[in-house]
Amino acid sequence: MGLLELLNGARWGVHPHDDHKRPAADVPLRVMPLPKRLCVPLLQHVGAPAKPCVAVGERVLRGELIARAQGNVSAPVHAPSSGIVTAIGEVTAPHPSGLPFAAITIELDGKDEGLPTAESVDPFGLEPAEVSQRIADAGIVGLGGATFPSAPKAQLGRKLAVQTLVINGGECEPYLSSDDSIMRERAGEVIDGVRILMHATGAAEALVGIEDNKPEAIVAMRKAAEPFAAIKVRPVPARYPMGSDRQLVQVLTGKEVPSGARTASIGVLVNNVSTCAAIHRAVRTGEPLYRRIVTVNGGAVAQPGNVFVPIGTLIEDLLAFVGLKETPARLVMGGPMMGAALPHAQVPTVKGCGGILALTAAEITVADPSPCIRCGSCVKACPMGLVPLEMVARIHAGDYEGADKLAIDDCLACGCCAYVCPSHIPLVQSFSHAKGEIWKRAQQKKRNEFTKGLAQARTERLEREARERAEAAAKRKAARAAQTAAATGSQETSA
Amino acid sequence: MLAAILSLTALGLTLGLGLGYTARVFAVEGNSLVSELADMMPGTNCGQCGLAGCGAAAEAVAGGTVPATVCPGGGVALAQAIAAKLGITLSLEGMEDKGPMVAEVAEDICIGCGKCMKHCATDAIVGAAKQIHGVLHEACTGCGGCMEDCPTGAIVLRPLPVTLRDWNWTKPALAA
Ligand code: SF4
Ligand code: SF4
Repeated sequence: MGLLELLNGARWGVHPHDDHKRPAADVPLRVMPLPKRLCVPLLQHVGAPAKPCVAVGERVLRGELIARAQGNVSAPVHAPSSGIVTAIGEVTAPHPSGLPFAAITIELDGKDEGLPTAESVDPFGLEPAEVSQRIADAGIVGLGGATFPSAPKAQLGRKLAVQTLVINGGECEPYLSSDDSIMRERAGEVIDGVRILMHATGAAEALVGIEDNKPEAIVAMRKAAEPFAAIKVRPVPARYPMGSDRQLVQVLTGKEVPSGARTASIGVLVNNVSTCAAIHRAVRTGEPLYRRIVTVNGGAVAQPGNVFVPIGTLIEDLLAFVGLKETPARLVMGGPMMGAALPHAQVPTVKGCGGILALTAAEITVADPSPCIRCGSCVKACPMGLVPLEMVARIHAGDYEGADKLAIDDCLACGCCAYVCPSHIPLVQSFSHAKGEIWKRAQQKKRNEFTKGLAQARTERLEREARERAEAAAKRKAARAAQTAAATGSQETSA
Repeated sequence: MLAAILSLTALGLTLGLGLGYTARVFAVEGNSLVSELADMMPGTNCGQCGLAGCGAAAEAVAGGTVPATVCPGGGVALAQAIAAKLGITLSLEGMEDKGPMVAEVAEDICIGCGKCMKHCATDAIVGAAKQIHGVLHEACTGCGGCMEDCPTGAIVLRPLPVTLRDWNWTKPALAA
């Protein structure tokens, strides 16, 4: 904790007494054998879904492009191994709703034939724009879980002349250690990725923030970063949610990101350590993002640890590889604080998935909520300076606007408030619901305006048509009158 | 002569400015509650409430002659919003929450008469005479007006399919 912080008495976040990271974090990295089938989703990032560019029945090779990016903020998808495309359609999404989303299913042939390996290039001989292009072509997205495409992010950094890169090795969620594992085992790749990213964005320095509960990673990263004076490895106190962009930036640079703004607005760009390693492979060797390290952990797992997994692997295959001691009471993608409960195990892993937890009933028990005692613990714990007890009161009174005014938009859904609440009030769960509700209402309003416009256009059209009909009728009548007049006129003359 | 012109001009100006000023400062707003309520309504004047359009419905709701659940197109969400605005407790009797609905034309029984198209207040139905008609999801308010006009009963209201984007958590229960 910094001196300033001590004086201010600022103390956000929580410090879970057991972070459950070990022993899984200390087991050497394993590579998962190829499963029989992969379901590679088209939307694994923030932005527009990728568009398939292969057909059912086609054979694809490892690293081959199977779906193209669409629009500026999007990312392409590549085949993680060789096989035949057997379906392009819906599979269950790794989402608590159990709703479907589009994916390309590949039956693997086990040969794992790859595209001919591209020549390795020197990234520092390339223009920054070219480096960004290679990052975009490889389908790299933020692997810390936010999954924002990395290339547009780097371009934004360049445009705003960002001077500082913050490299996120926080990994503050309990149970997870995939970033820890990549820093321990592949520190060289991470640091090289950081250098490439500095070149692509034009940043002058990079601060690598690593929580001090990962001493092995700090040693390895310090060693790898030694030759580069512009890259500084900075241990930060282990405190959840240190891995959140804003919190890490604040601790490392002392600057606070304004409400509703991005870190880039204060001259800082944040990237995750695993993303940096992926950037290293993409730019140096042209390897697209088709596999990643996933922590498999939880009380129900027989051999927890970190596993190199092809993207699109079904959770059931992954669990079969690590073995189960008992039937898990809950499956979670991500960490226990912010992860998504899965509907079942037949869902694919995605680029942003850093962990799969198979938790036992004992690990997920929550006590029944009792009334708020107004202790203020939630206020103290909230890293965003919000007032959870007030927000939850408004939400349950149906006053979503009131919750909105209390800046519920800034809520990270980190869950600190619910974690510390002695009354076990479902605080963060209420906020997630309210955010959805507020979004829905805004959407409904837009829809209303749209349909109102349509109704108006229709009324105008009907009026115009009626007018035109009346005019035409009047004209016909006039013409008929003229005709009759002419006829009578001629009769008169002939008479 | 000049004095008369000047004095009349001065008089006119003062009175005019005075009138303008009072018109602004002491303006009586149209019933703002009614217009706010009207803004919340779908605004398509579909007439499914049995009143003469959304404006009339808003007036009736504000006057308390009809319940907050008056608008079938707006559904429970609108009823709740109206109740919150009026500060009344809502009785959802006779109104199940089916969520947003859209009309759907059963292709096998549509005879292409085009009657539904004429009824639709938002031009959400497309098709040509003797052809199967279809409904544009984005434009349909789910008022159900077209259903009544279809001679073959080919139109039904279905819930708008939920996607990953608009799925939401249910509100968690608090202590009893
Ligand atoms: S921590 Fe829980 S009990 Fe304490 S003030 Fe917040 S909501 Fe109320
Ligand atoms: S209110 Fe949101 S940001 Fe604050 S502690 Fe709760 S979940 Fe985290």
